[in-house]
Amino acid sequence: MNESAQASEERAGRGQGAAAPEFLTFRLAGEEYAIEILRVQEIKGWERATRVPHTPPYVLGVVNLRGAIVPLIDMRRRFGLEPVVLGQATVVVVVRVGASTAERIVGLVVDAVCEVHRIPASDVQAPPEVGAGSETGFIRGLAAVEGRMLILLDLDRLVTASVLEALGARAA
Amino acid sequence: MSFDLELEEIHKLFFEECAAGLDLMEAGLLALESRSDPETVNTIFRAAHSIKGGAATFGFSAIAEATHGLETFLDGLRNGTRRADGVTVRQLLECVDGLRAMILGLERGEPTDADRLGALHAKIADLLAGRPAGVAGASDARPGSAPASAFLGGRAGWIIDFRPSAELLRSGNEPLRLVAALEALGPVHLVVELAAVPPLASLDPTACYLNWRIEVAADVERGVLTEIFDWLDERSEVAYRRCEGEGAPATGAASSAAVPGGTPEAGSLRVSTDKLDQLINLVGELVITQSMLARAADGSAVAGLDALQAGLAQLTRNTRELQESVMQMRMLPIGFAFNRLPRLVHDLSAELGKRAELILAGEATELDKTVLERISDPLVHLVRNALDHGIESPAERHAAGKAETGKVTLSAFHEGGHIIIEVSDDGGGLNRERILARARARGLVAADTDPGEEAIHQLVFAAGFSTADAVSAVSGRGVGMDVVRRNIEGLGGQVQIRSTPGRGSTIRIRLPLTLAILDGQLVRVGGETYVIALAAITETVKADEAQLVVAPDGGRCYRLREEFVPIVPVGALFGLAGAREADAAGLLVIVESDGGRFALGVNELLAQQQVVIKSLERNFRAVPGIAGGTILGDGAVALILDVPGLVELFNSAALSRRTLAA
Repeated sequence: MNESAQASEERAGRGQGAAAPEFLTFRLAGEEYAIEILRVQEIKGWERATRVPHTPPYVLGVVNLRGAIVPLIDMRRRFGLEPVVLGQATVVVVVRVGASTAERIVGLVVDAVCEVHRIPASDVQAPPEVGAGSETGFIRGLAAVEGRMLILLDLDRLVTASVLEALGARAA
Repeated sequence: MSFDLELEEIHKLFFEECAAGLDLMEAGLLALESRSDPETVNTIFRAAHSIKGGAATFGFSAIAEATHGLETFLDGLRNGTRRADGVTVRQLLECVDGLRAMILGLERGEPTDADRLGALHAKIADLLAGRPAGVAGASDARPGSAPASAFLGGRAGWIIDFRPSAELLRSGNEPLRLVAALEALGPVHLVVELAAVPPLASLDPTACYLNWRIEVAADVERGVLTEIFDWLDERSEVAYRRCEGEGAPATGAASSAAVPGGTPEAGSLRVSTDKLDQLINLVGELVITQSMLARAADGSAVAGLDALQAGLAQLTRNTRELQESVMQMRMLPIGFAFNRLPRLVHDLSAELGKRAELILAGEATELDKTVLERISDPLVHLVRNALDHGIESPAERHAAGKAETGKVTLSAFHEGGHIIIEVSDDGGGLNRERILARARARGLVAADTDPGEEAIHQLVFAAGFSTADAVSAVSGRGVGMDVVRRNIEGLGGQVQIRSTPGRGSTIRIRLPLTLAILDGQLVRVGGETYVIALAAITETVKADEAQLVVAPDGGRCYRLREEFVPIVPVGALFGLAGAREADAAGLLVIVESDGGRFALGVNELLAQQQVVIKSLERNFRAVPGIAGGTILGDGAVALILDVPGLVELFNSAALSRRTLAA
């Protein structure tokens, strides 16, 4: 068992006894990704965002979420996948990341939301070490569920890196 | 763990209360100086008393002891056995400063500074003994820093100043027993002070007139000593000072040098219960409206329609009132920012050898807490300037036929959606000749031109500009006025100077009441809508091709009434699609920033409206050139342009273009 999987087990163990933590899965270019369901605030339809200058292309802009200004991150572009035309079928998963005091609310634009799975930490395998691409840093592990392979994401790292990279784009 | 957290919260509250109490004491003492009024003394006394009570409850014994001493003195003022004059007021103010420093130290979790504590106790002892500060100190080894003692001679120990009340003996106490208890700890050296013993004729044989200085060569905790003196009656004074043994580390010597400056910005807010009650009422009404709407929506479509419309109208009204009410919560009287100033004028005029009186008006005028916090320092600066540069010395004033005591007036009032703060003095006014000469010397103004009155006044705000003949500790370094202007512009405000030679100057600050709402001009640049603060806009012009000038570095300017205004290509700076179209400049919005004018190229002017400013950083991050976002009527987000930031962006882009071209 790798370190991050251990950490996730600890986190889950604190929250809800011995029960395995629940994950929400979403689809992106044929692959299924999983995020902790406790991080998910809501799922909503896509709307046009207001573009923010000096940000990388995967930051689609900001939208109004009941009075708060929230950035949208296009997960296809974030992972270097072929972008698709966003429309009515596009889904935004609104997640909360970061410590409770400096919690950020961010919208992730995905192809579709699939289902909820319970994944015991013991089922999570370390991500394969292929190449040194920065995107692999966002993967916490892999889990086989009902014969399919799910990719567990490390949301904190993903979002923090996205915001930081946006900062880098400004200097360029 | 949660208990610790709670205690921390409670401590924080206590520190806030202490700060408020000390402010109250300071204000009272300053008032006392000009006029002795029993109510003022009572106010000061009560403030000291509640600090003492709180400190004792939370176990901050050093503070409790110090305030106890002050309280004793103030009690004397109250019952008329002591009198307040200029000297004692200054001593009391110093004690307040000392307390403030200690409380700030505690708040920051620093260990108690023994030197500072010693100095404070010495000051209080001076007060109680009726000695002017420092006079007795010379013969008495009184100064705060590590009291030297021949008896202790390098040994660790304590110096105890014991000033029993006259009733000590009547209450059955015996000083000798105290000394015996101390002797059990280590060698004791006693010095008796007889100063308080009256002539024999008026001596009351049952009263205790003696004071002692007791030196104990015992390296014990303070608690051991306080226990011995614990059962004394309330009016007896005991001051403890620790002497470190030789070779012991000098604790806090470094930290005592850095006297804490401004108080940390408070994240919390005290709200009057009236405002809170009003809010609760409004929320109550909102709930009623909501249930009314729910019922209307439940009923049949036709019958419910009227009710629905009535309900919606009510909701609209409720919402607006609720918004106003919540905004009110953040509003504080500007008096909070004025609080520090009487003390400043008091100290500074003494330092400068001038006579000045501070007149405050409109202290109850309310403005947003954030604006209030950020205007405090600029105000201090302006008042300093008024005293240092404005008000003349008593002799000069006398020669000019003015009253020797100068007047600095600070007033605040509302005007439209703004608050106006004026700082005026009845001093010499701006010296036009000197400003002009200095500006010419620095190349700010060409030698043969004579700029107008307004331009000369603006020069005062130029960076590094000072006409003071000598650089004093107070002002004259030329930093300041430009910082003042930048701070005020950063808050979306403006600053102006009016001055009449020989009659004085007035500095007028115009600030928005709140940073949460902004009067904005909506513009379209490329395909995006942006908001520009109306306060920053001077005018909007339809660009005339003939007036466009291209500079050698590729930058463009617009000739506006004999003035060349650089065009800031907003679209290109932001990398927007369709930017070219905008920057081809159909419309130019002329804005003012940092004293200069710039033209923003936009495609279209949209509505003017009030917008609620929302943070972009909360969920995302700060973006250069963008001050924040807002939500428009259709629910879409529009970004608010940060004009000074945009100009900075433009300047650095122009700089790199020039470097590339070179």
